Parts: sequence; C-alpha cells; structure tokens
Amino acid sequence: MSKQRLVIIGNGMAPGRLLEHLFEAAPDAYDVTIFNAEPRVNYDRIMLSPVLSGEKTFEDIIIHGDDWYAERGITLHRGEKVTGIDRAARVVTGASGITAAYDKLVIATGSSPFIIPVPGHKLPGVLAYRDLDDVDGMLRAASRGGRAVVIGGGLLGLEAAAGLKSRGMEVTVLHLMPTLMERQLDPAAGYLLQKELESRGIEVRCGANTKMILGNSEVEGVELEDGTVIDASLVVMAVGIRPSVDLARDAGLDVGRGIRTDLAMRTSDPDIFSVGECAEVDGRVYGLVAPLYQMAKVAAGHLAGVSEAAFAHAETPTKLKVTGINLYSVGDFGDGPDREDVVLRDAARGSYRRVILRDNRVIGAVLYGDVADGMWYNELLKSGEDVSDIRDTLIFGQAHQGGGVAADPLAAVANLSDDAEICGCNGICKGKIVQAINDKGLTSLGEVRAHTKASASCGTCTGLVESVMALTLGETFAKKAEGMCGCTDLGHGEVRRLIKAQGLKSIPAVMQELEWKSSHGCAKCRPALNYYLLSDWPGEYKDDQQSRFINERVHANIQKDGTYSVVPRMWGGMTSSDELRAIADVVDKFAIPDVKVTGGQRIDLLGVKKEDLPAVWADLNAAGLVSGHAYAKGLRTVKTCVGSTWCRFGTQDSTGLGIKLEKFLWGSWTPAKVKLAVTGCPRNCAEATCKDIGVICVDSGYEIVYGGAAGLHIQGTTKLGMVKTEEEVIEIAAAMTQMYREQGFYLERIYKWAERVGYDTVKAAILNDTDSRRAYYERFVFSQQFAQTDPWSERVSGVDKHEFKPLAVFGEEAAPATAHVEPAE
Amino acid sequence: MNALTRDTNAWRLIGSIDDIPSQGARCVENGETKIAVFRTADDRIFALEDKCPHKNGPLSQGIVHGGCVTCPLHNWVISLETGAATGADDGRTASFPVRLDGRDIYLNLQQGA
Ligand code: SRM
Ligand SMILES: Cc1cc2nc3c(=O)[nH]c(=O)nc-3n(C[C@H](O)[C@H](O)[C@H](O)COP(=O)(O)OP(=O)(O)OC[C@H]3O[C@@H](n4cnc5c(N)ncnc54)[C@H](O)[C@@H]3O)c2cc1C
Ligand code: SF4
Ligand code: FES
Repeated sequence: MSKQRLVIIGNGMAPGRLLEHLFEAAPDAYDVTIFNAEPRVNYDRIMLSPVLSGEKTFEDIIIHGDDWYAERGITLHRGEKVTGIDRAARVVTGASGITAAYDKLVIATGSSPFIIPVPGHKLPGVLAYRDLDDVDGMLRAASRGGRAVVIGGGLLGLEAAAGLKSRGMEVTVLHLMPTLMERQLDPAAGYLLQKELESRGIEVRCGANTKMILGNSEVEGVELEDGTVIDASLVVMAVGIRPSVDLARDAGLDVGRGIRTDLAMRTSDPDIFSVGECAEVDGRVYGLVAPLYQMAKVAAGHLAGVSEAAFAHAETPTKLKVTGINLYSVGDFGDGPDREDVVLRDAARGSYRRVILRDNRVIGAVLYGDVADGMWYNELLKSGEDVSDIRDTLIFGQAHQGGGVAADPLAAVANLSDDAEICGCNGICKGKIVQAINDKGLTSLGEVRAHTKASASCGTCTGLVESVMALTLGETFAKKAEGMCGCTDLGHGEVRRLIKAQGLKSIPAVMQELEWKSSHGCAKCRPALNYYLLSDWPGEYKDDQQSRFINERVHANIQKDGTYSVVPRMWGGMTSSDELRAIADVVDKFAIPDVKVTGGQRIDLLGVKKEDLPAVWADLNAAGLVSGHAYAKGLRTVKTCVGSTWCRFGTQDSTGLGIKLEKFLWGSWTPAKVKLAVTGCPRNCAEATCKDIGVICVDSGYEIVYGGAAGLHIQGTTKLGMVKTEEEVIEIAAAMTQMYREQGFYLERIYKWAERVGYDTVKAAILNDTDSRRAYYERFVFSQQFAQTDPWSERVSGVDKHEFKPLAVFGEEAAPATAHVEPAE
Repeated sequence: MNALTRDTNAWRLIGSIDDIPSQGARCVENGETKIAVFRTADDRIFALEDKCPHKNGPLSQGIVHGGCVTCPLHNWVISLETGAATGADDGRTASFPVRLDGRDIYLNLQQGA
C-alpha cells in the first residue's frame, strides 16, 4: 500500500502530540514532512520559564530529539517558514524555495506575540516571550545586569519577571489593569499575588499605560502615559497573543479569530486540518495546552481514519509556574446576579479561596496559597453535581467533607474517583495512571510520564502523580529523590534561585521560608546551603562552621586513622630551599610519619595529629607557607611547566602566569574543587587539557580551555578561545570562576555545570560579551576581599581553638569525681 | 555492685555546654578511650565512643544533624541517642550516659546500657 503524504506547517506542541497519536494508531499510513520556522526540534514551550530561571536546560525540555524523527522517517525542515499554500496543486512552499506536495495538510502555526506599536518598539532590547530565541535574548541581557521592564502582568509576563529576577536583574512589571492576572484571578487573589512578588523585590505597577520606549540605538527606558520614566536595559512585552492565520487566509480558508474548523478539526478544505493556538473550533480559540492536546488527538484519529472523535470544550485550570507561588483558578468567576460567592481568607497564611456557585453548582474557583483543593473543585465543576448538601463546608475543602478524609494528601488522592483528572495539561485521569502502572509494570515517575504523559508537560501535578503511584505500588514505591536531599523536594537550582529571589541570608531562614521538612537539615543540604549563602552574600553571610565537612573546618585532610594531612601551597609548583628546609624541620619536630609529593605539584605531610595542627601551621607560616586548600571546595592547585624561563620549546612564561593565577584565585569557595594548569606550549606537560580551567601558551598568546577533569570521569577540555595578554587570561579565569560560583550546584564540577547551562552560554557570557565578563570579574574581586585570609594563620592566632583540644582528659584510673578535670580553655 | 555506688564513682564534670559548639562535638579522653560529646541544635547532649562502627572513623569530626552524626570517613549516619548506625548500615558504637546540671555537663564513664 503506498503511503499518503502528510505535510505539517509548524512544529509546536500541538502537532508534536498529533504525530505521537498518529504513529501509534497508524504507523505506516503517511510519509510526513514538517516545516518549522524555528530552527530546532519540538520542545516543551511551557517549560521555557524554568529555562529562563535556570532550573532547567534546553536539553531537558526537548520533546522529540533528532532520533525521534529519524526513526519515523520524518523530514523536518528547520528554520523554514512556509510562505504559501497552493490548494489547487496541493503544494506548500517555504521561504527558501523548498516545496512539498501533500495529500493531507495540517496547519499548526500557533500564535504570534502581540507587540504594542508604541514608539521605540523596534529597538534592540525589546523582546517578546514566545520561543527559545527570546529566552536567549533575555539571558544575554540579564548577564549584563540592569533593569528589565516587563509589560504585561499576566501568566507569561509574571513568569518572565520572576525568571529575570532570579537571574539577578532589577525587575519592574507594568500592567494596564488595576490587578494582576485579571483574566485568571479575582482582585483579591491578584492583590495577594502582587504583595508576594513585591516581597521578592519585583516592582509592580498596575494601571500603568506605556507611552513609548526610550533609547537611540538600544533600549534605555520606558515612559508611561503619566510621564514617569523608568530606566531599562531590557523590555519584555507579554501583552497577549494572536493566532497566526495569515497563511490560511491567503490560501482562501475560512478564517475568523482563528482558522475555523469543525469538531473534527477540519478546516473549510476537507484535506486541510488545523490544530493548536491558530485553530478556532466551535467559535473558540485557546491558549493553554490541554485543549490543544485534545485537538491533536481528535485530528490524529481522523487522519488515521479510525475515529469519530469530536472536540469538546472544557475549562482548563490556570496555574502560575513560579516556584513558591501557588495559585489555581478555573472556570468563570465574574460577578453576576445569578451567582453566589463563598470566600475564605486566612491573612496569616496569605491564603485565599473563593468558590463561585450558580444554581448550587460550582462554576468557578480561585485559590491562592493553599491550592491542594483546586483539583477537587474542578472535579465538582466538571461533573456539574448539585452541592447543596455540602454547601456549608464546601469552602473548607475536601478534607472536611465527612467520610473522615484526613488532611493527609495521600488519603485525599485515595478518595478521588477513577475519572478524576490528575494531569490537566494532558487530560489524564487517575484510573488511566493506575491502569498503566498495573498493566505495564511501571515503577518510576519517568516511566509513568513516558507511558501516560501525566506530569510530562507543565509538571505542576507531579506530586499527585507520585501519590497515585504510592497508592498503587504500596511499599515498593520509593519516591525518586529529585530534591537536594530528604529534607526538601526542591532541587539545587530552585533553592539557589529562591535564596536570591527571597533574599534569604541564613540557613535557618532558608529552611523556614522554603519549608524544610527536617528541623535542622542534614549532612547533605547544610554544606550546600552554607556554600550558596556564602557565594550569594559575600561579606554579609557568616560562614557556619558546623555545616562544613571536617576537612574544611580544620583546614587539613582527614585520613583513615583520624590523623590529618597538611599540604602547604607551593605557588605554581615552585618552591625554594627555605621552604623545603622549613618543611623538613616541621617533619622532624612533630615526628610526621610520611612526606609525599602530590599529583598537584606540591608536598603532603601525612599523619599529623589533630592536636598538633596549630603548631605545625605556626612553623610553616613562619617560613611563609600558607594553606594549600587541598581539602577545599575552592581553588586547589595551578599546575605549571617550566615554560619560556627554561624550556627550549616554551613560548610564554607559563610558570609566572600560573603563580599570578593562583595568587589571584586562591581562597574563594566554589561549588566543587577547581584546578588550573598553565602549560608553556601545546606539548602540554602541565596537563592543561584535563583541568577545570587550562591555559595553553602559544607564540601568539594564550589559548583558554575549560571543563576538563581527570578523576572518576575523564573529560577533555573544551576550547573557550584565544587571548593576547596575561591580564585577559586572569580576567577570564576569574570571571568564569565567578559565573560558576553563582550558578553551580554544590559538588558539581565545572564540566558538569557547563554541560548543564551549555558551553555556548558560558562562552557567550565570558568570552564574547566583554561587559558581562567584566561584571562577573568585578563580583569575583569583590567577594575575594572577604575570602583571602590564610585559614592557618587565623587558627594559629586562636580561631576555633576548641576544635583542636580535648574537652577533658582523665587518667586510666578512674579518679574521684571532678578531679583531674581540665575544663576547656 | 549496686547502681548507686557505680553512679557516684563514675559521674564526672567535664565542662560546660558552652564549650561545645551547637551542632558540634568535643572529645574527652579517658585513658585509651576517646569519648565524643555532642551538642545538638536544641541543646541536647550525648556521648558516644569516638569510633565509628564501620571502620573506626572519629565521629566527633562529623556533621551533627537532628539527633544524628554523619561519620567523616564514609558517611554512615549514627544515632546519637543509641550509637546505632541508621538506614541500611548495621553496627553500634558504645554510648555513655550524660546529664546536664544547669550548664554543666556530667559524663558517666561507665559505658551505658
Ligand atoms: C594527595 C593527592 C594524591 C597524591 O598523593 O598525589 C590526592 C588525594 C586525595 N584526593 Fe585526589 N589527590 C590528589 C590529586 C588528584 C588529581 C591530580 C591532579 O590534581 O592533577 C586528581 C585528578 C584530577 C581531577 O581532579 O580531575 C584527583 C582526583 C580526585 C577525585 C576525583 C574528582 C572528580 O571530580 O572525579 C577525588 C574525589 C572527590 O573529590 O570527590 C579526589 C579526592 C581525594 C581525597 C581528598 C580523598 C578524600 O576525600 O579524602 C584524597 C585526600 C588525601 C589527602 O588527605 O591528602 N581526588 N586527585 C593529590 C593532591 C593534589 C594536591 O596537591 O592538592
Ligand atoms: C513562556 C510560556 C509559558 C507557557 N506556559 C504554559 C502553561 O503553563 N500551561 C499551558 O497550558 N500553556 C502554557 N503556554 C502556552 C503554550 O505553550 C501554547 O499554548 C502552545 O505551545 C501552543 O502550541 P501550538 O502547537 O499551537 O503552537 P506553538 O507551540 O507556538 O508552535 C507553533 C510553531 O509553528 C511555527 N510556525 C509559525 N508559522 C509558521 C510557518 N508559516 N511555517 C513554518 N512554521 C511556522 C512557529 O515557529 C512555532 O514553532 C506557555 C507559553 C509560553 C510562551
Ligand atoms: S586515588 Fe586519591 S582518593 Fe584514591 S586512594 Fe589515592 S589518594 Fe585516595
Ligand atoms: S568509618 Fe565511619 S563510615 Fe566508615
């Protein structure tokens, strides 16, 4: 049987889903060709906000990777915008002239962001918020700092504002209406939301009408109708979207607000379907994925020829994907004579809920703060059942509806009916998840996502899906720890972001505000939090010694027998007879059992007793030797080779540059250890190509490489670029270290961080953009003034004395009580 | 030997709670034996032999969290109350009775039950 030709215009979320259904139902029916104006594969557009805030990378949100298309023999034209449809000839043509003939066509062009045509709207630095290019543009602006003005206080605008804030920008939101998100929230909830955003340092101006955007060659500010001028280096317009219908209109299809279709998603031409935000079905257009996915399913069924399915309207709940802000709204909540309102406020907890009834049936609900019951109200709304019997307690939520459903979320989920919807985006109900788990033997969240799509889109229902899994699998289900540790469900990225966004400046503040589940954290989260706070609030945060691993507390490395090793710095691997003599004397004086040359070009004194540490350091300090931080999540060593000073091949003073780098970078705390090397020529005797940051000297200057490691995992470096002077090398090394300090997750080395955020991102911020490099460099220099104190001399002068002395000593013979006691110092 | 005489012989004043950092530990040496005295965030005091049941790691050097300490050598988590390893690990360290009298800490050098 010869295959039919299916052409799809647009490669967004709706057609991506359509193809999944189609290949499931009729894998061999079509040869598929896709045109996408964006130069990339299909990704989860709704997760752009986590990419903007840094919680996810683009790779994390790809829905269909290259393999997926290859396996199905799909032709994907990326970056090829379709410019015309010839319905008579059944051919579409792309901007660069590519054509494709079709038997069936799907138009899925989505929508375009609306840009208010005020003067200045075309200036560089004015962005919309729709695709990855917009996010990249915002990140570039954020790396330079300054103020972002977000025009539009709806879902997208607020997600953009929160993301930009977490990237370190000052943020102002301008909203035309008197309260935020007025289409999804009533004024009371909008007000609570505004207060919450303001407490995170985001400025919100409601009733603000933009008059013009100021600037000559790029954005410099925004002027409002009332004359107010706000400085800005970035303007994001998120004021609404318009279905992209031009192509369809030009082709003579029936077009209203969107491309008109029947309930089977067929346009006025029976061979052409339309799905997604561009489609208008039964007089409505949509802007959330749940209905679009339904369209995709319906259209796929008809394309596969196996379906009578029809699209049916349903209310889609709205949630805001800003970590720490919970709101939920669904249905209709306008005022009206035929409506009754039930409202519950809890000012202390900042929570608010309102349920709207008509004829004793729920028609809408708005929840802010505690939103756990949102799903239950939505169920009541959909079923349209008469709630007269439970009217008195309705507002208190499901837990208060007799039957003794405890406030236990698991019990609440257990109580849900099988057709209760768990995943709103994908319309997946509880029964379907349970069935998939049982039939397919699923045991992990990832598998449930893969097989049912539940929680695979915006992710806000992940907790519920896990509850369903726990109920179905019982004891065998161990919740996969995606959080930092057992004390929190938040991941490192979210925690880092919230520390900045909420201005949290102590470990107890983090635990309180981010609702840690344990009272005082654990040995996993405390060192991480201590690091984040130290790095984020230089000079303000006071290091918490008790949250550090012993090595960093006593500035030496603990050994298997409880003794310590001591490694003094030998700058760039250089030493002298005086230093060696001092080391020899210390070894004799304290009977140190072993002396070893380390793999880091310096000397290790092994087997020092803890009590002797301060005295050992005092003697080493006297000879000018300081701590080598062989124990630190910080700069370890800068390995060098002899370079042009001695070597016949040496092109630059690699030893001298290594020493300068080590003197500049030492002392700063980093997410994991940092090792550098400077090698005098590409023969690479200093092994620069497996270091976190490496420098390879050549005749014309210095090649900088980064992201290497040679431990558990061997990882060659990636090239950053060439520079001409030592000063540039130092500035770049410091700027990169600072970027890593600000973004890295605890224990994540530079190569893992760079993989996560993207090597291109690092390069753009550190090499290409000199302003951004300078800003990182300056923040590094600022924080160094609090960090470059030799910890050994500090301890020698008495800091943390208690660490090195026993509290009390008793002889072998038990002496009478209180005798022989040496109370602590 | 009755309990009373044992007690009067064995209780020793070892110092004040202020000598131990919150969520930290200090050691008491009793001849060959090292005893780690821990102070939790909520100012409870515990004493264990300073030897991890795994490979004798010095528990006094670990991170104290909640009612536990994480051994600095291989991250076993030991309950301060009982000296027993928690989670999947198995083993127990000797514990010693301690009591607070005002801010003074008394340690009973006889190994606890
Ligand atoms: C002393 C030394 C071995 C030696 O005798 O030469 C050493 C000793 C230790 N290394 Fe190392 N590493 C030493 C050079 C290296 C090198 C070689 C280098 O730096 O060029 C590497 C591979 C390069 C790299 O880091 O990519 C190396 C990769 C590791 C790793 C694996 C890191 C990774 O990301 O995969 C660990 C484990 C860790 O850090 O979690 C480690 C951990 C350790 C620890 C800290 C283990 C521990 O947690 O106690 C050892 C401490 C011993 C001590 O008390 O001093 N050591 N270690 C070297 C000290 C260098 C220095 O002067 O500071
Ligand atoms: C930042 C952000 C957050 C969001 N959050 C949520 C959320 O939490 N929940 C929710 O339900 N929804 C959310 N949405 C909305 C959701 O992403 C959209 O409803 C959905 O992506 C629309 O899918 P679509 O397939 O119709 O169009 P799109 O995903 O927009 O895809 C259209 C594609 O077609 C391409 N195209 C257009 N014209 C042509 C042409 N002529 N030729 C070739 N290609 C063309 C475009 O380049 C684009 O790639 C969010 C949207 C954004 C931007
Ligand atoms: S390789 Fe490193 S970690 Fe392993 S035994 Fe040697 S020094 Fe220790
Ligand atoms: S010695 Fe304590 S965990 Fe190994």
